[in-house]
Amino acid sequence: MQPVIFALLALITLGAAAMVVTTRNLLRAALWLILAFFGIAGIFILLNAEFLAVAQILIYVGAIATLVIFAIMLTRNMMDPSQPRFNEQWGVVGGFAALLFVVLAAIVTRVTWPVAAGDVPADTIQRLGSDFVGPYVVPFEVASVLLVVAMVGAIIIARERE
Amino acid sequence: MVPLTWYLVLAAGLFCIGVFGALARKNAVGVLMGVELMLNAVNINLVAFWRHTAVGEMTGQLFAIFVITVAAAEAAVGLALFIAIYRQRRTVNVEEIDTMKG
Repeated sequence: MQPVIFALLALITLGAAAMVVTTRNLLRAALWLILAFFGIAGIFILLNAEFLAVAQILIYVGAIATLVIFAIMLTRNMMDPSQPRFNEQWGVVGGFAALLFVVLAAIVTRVTWPVAAGDVPADTIQRLGSDFVGPYVVPFEVASVLLVVAMVGAIIIARERE
Repeated sequence: MVPLTWYLVLAAGLFCIGVFGALARKNAVGVLMGVELMLNAVNINLVAFWRHTAVGEMTGQLFAIFVITVAAAEAAVGLALFIAIYRQRRTVNVEEIDTMKG
């Protein structure tokens, strides 16, 4: 059953991602991006990372996608469908991306990963929380400082100057 | 259980689609969406490695959460920059934003 679900989620995610980078209308691209984020949240659930799946939906779908849609609406005349969606190097870039995928896929399928099958502990979320305030308390605090700095910076940059 | 390699191939595919979007899109917001896809591909890798090699420790998930945090900060600052640039120059076409070109 799991491989079928995985294939379905992978299809949704990759299809939506392909639409994100090729759709002419940017607003539609943002909506496809939301679908891709949902597909990735599904992948997280398949990997037994429920907390991350919820965080993914809250932060990516709830915040980042909304922010992207706002930015598209505030810069509206770029949505003009007569504008070309790609720059002239898109052929080279497409070839490069395809080559990169072939190389990466060849590498990850050939390497024998040190897979250690184990059951997911029942208290993953609890452990996540105690790790955040235990051994990872410094990165955690730095992340909160980063968020404050980003928020203040975004307000100052986007503010209208008199 | 789905083997680890499948997740890695999926993440590689997603990453390459993101690379294409980030490098080929003309609109700056489109470039940012490509970058978001790349960051998500990295997160899939982190969580897949956590599940398949080190399920007893939470490091993989913790790292993914930090990546999400940084992605949120990056999106907020990036979009604020685009709005500021748009206000000044009436465009967010990355080919026309070349003030710092040498």
